[in-house]
Amino acid sequence: MTGRALAACQVSASYGSQRVLDRVDLHIAAGETVGLSGPSGSGKSTLARLLALLHRPDSGHVSLDGAAVTGTRHQVPVAMRTRVAILFQSPRAATDPRLTLAEIIAEPLRATGTPAEQARERTAELADTVGLTTDLLTRRPHAVSDGQLQRACLARALVHRPAYLLCDEATAMLDASTQAHVAAVIGEYQRRHSAGVLVISHDAALLARWADRVVDLS
Amino acid sequence: MTAAVLTRVRRLPRLRPGRLGATVAGTVLAVAVLACLLAPVLWPLDQSAIDLSQTRLAPSAAHPAGTDDLGRDVLLRSIYGLRVSLLVGVFAALVAAVIGGAVGALAGTLGGWVDRILMRLVDTIAAMPHLLLGIFIVAMLRPSLGAVVLSVGLTHWLSTARIVRSELLSLRHRPFIDAAVSGGAGRMRVLTRHLLPHVLPRLALATTLMIPHAVWHETALSFLGLGLPPHLASLGNMINDGRGSLLAGAWWASLTPGLVLIVVTLALAALTAHWRDHLDPRVRAELQL
Repeated sequence: MTGRALAACQVSASYGSQRVLDRVDLHIAAGETVGLSGPSGSGKSTLARLLALLHRPDSGHVSLDGAAVTGTRHQVPVAMRTRVAILFQSPRAATDPRLTLAEIIAEPLRATGTPAEQARERTAELADTVGLTTDLLTRRPHAVSDGQLQRACLARALVHRPAYLLCDEATAMLDASTQAHVAAVIGEYQRRHSAGVLVISHDAALLARWADRVVDLS
Repeated sequence: MTAAVLTRVRRLPRLRPGRLGATVAGTVLAVAVLACLLAPVLWPLDQSAIDLSQTRLAPSAAHPAGTDDLGRDVLLRSIYGLRVSLLVGVFAALVAAVIGGAVGALAGTLGGWVDRILMRLVDTIAAMPHLLLGIFIVAMLRPSLGAVVLSVGLTHWLSTARIVRSELLSLRHRPFIDAAVSGGAGRMRVLTRHLLPHVLPRLALATTLMIPHAVWHETALSFLGLGLPPHLASLGNMINDGRGSLLAGAWWASLTPGLVLIVVTLALAALTAHWRDHLDPRVRAELQL
């Protein structure tokens, strides 16, 4: 396979003696939306963590735009890691309770050495994109709703302009209108940057509406 | 009139038991610390002075807690003893926090074989009676304040190391750490920005909880004659010296330093417990919303 794509090639993963993925292939081309479904415990989240370069497969490998990724987490070069972003199911668990929403969104930029002023501008721009008011940006996670917090997580995920966005049940905890808005923001981003998107969900209707094709893990 | 009193009484329940306890503990501690700070200015004491014409006087206006078998004022020496105990308690707890924090942070962040070796070391030291270990350490050094601080500090960092390590281990696998890594944060950034700020309040709490423990340990060493030189006032020295007076009927010589020890360490523990209850971010969030 050629061209720009994030791909898992024959990956296996296990937790202790429990094998959750057995030689799985998944291919997300640039600009494509892939749906991933499967019952609980079928390894959907594990696959997403492998693709996000957070977890090392027992065997097989993940390739990013044709280059095989070796190592995991801090061993992966920053330039590679920031090309893939992941959006988690629970925004509460995925945000540092000590930081304000503005700090949460700007954190990936600050961590990779962007000056504060530039990070602030980008944060304001993204907050506007995902629909967060300036007042909300000064609050901490416990003082905002799940929906508002997930919008901040989406802004954080987009802050490096990733080529691939992995949504791990990212809209499962949201109400219908927030869900639609989050999906619209992702869709718009995808069109503009021709990003590859992976949507993990239990919801067959959501996948049918959103994804170009659906892979079933069961 | 009655109505006014009733409204006032109805307002009282706002002072919940927890807060009342904390207020009392805070007041006791403030008085104790103030007395310790002001004692050298207000009531200077020649530690080696004795007055054999004033031995074992019962509590009176001149000597509120009586005098001991060498004619020294028990209350004043208790205050000087408390100074020593608190000083040792605070510095020993700091020594324990530094060692325990460093060991816990290394084990918790590096994991793997570093973690296994360090934690087995902790288990091994924890398996020895720590008073015995403390006695061994002071016995190697000359009796002094520094020796007591080291003896207590070097034997009390184990629980701090365990707390810091377990806190780091549970944080390391939280999704927000994954999110930070995914956003491009390096090891140091994750440690300094996301892990340590969560651990520091716990470390501070563990250190404060350690102070009363360290005070008791210092008292125990002094009681055994391994703490400060005998003529210097320390709660342990005084309780030990007072044992002879007990048989002569002078119960106050041991009782006063003992009471000071119990009341002050209880107050310290109560205040720390109150702080711990308010440290939980969920409780804090409830208060702010």
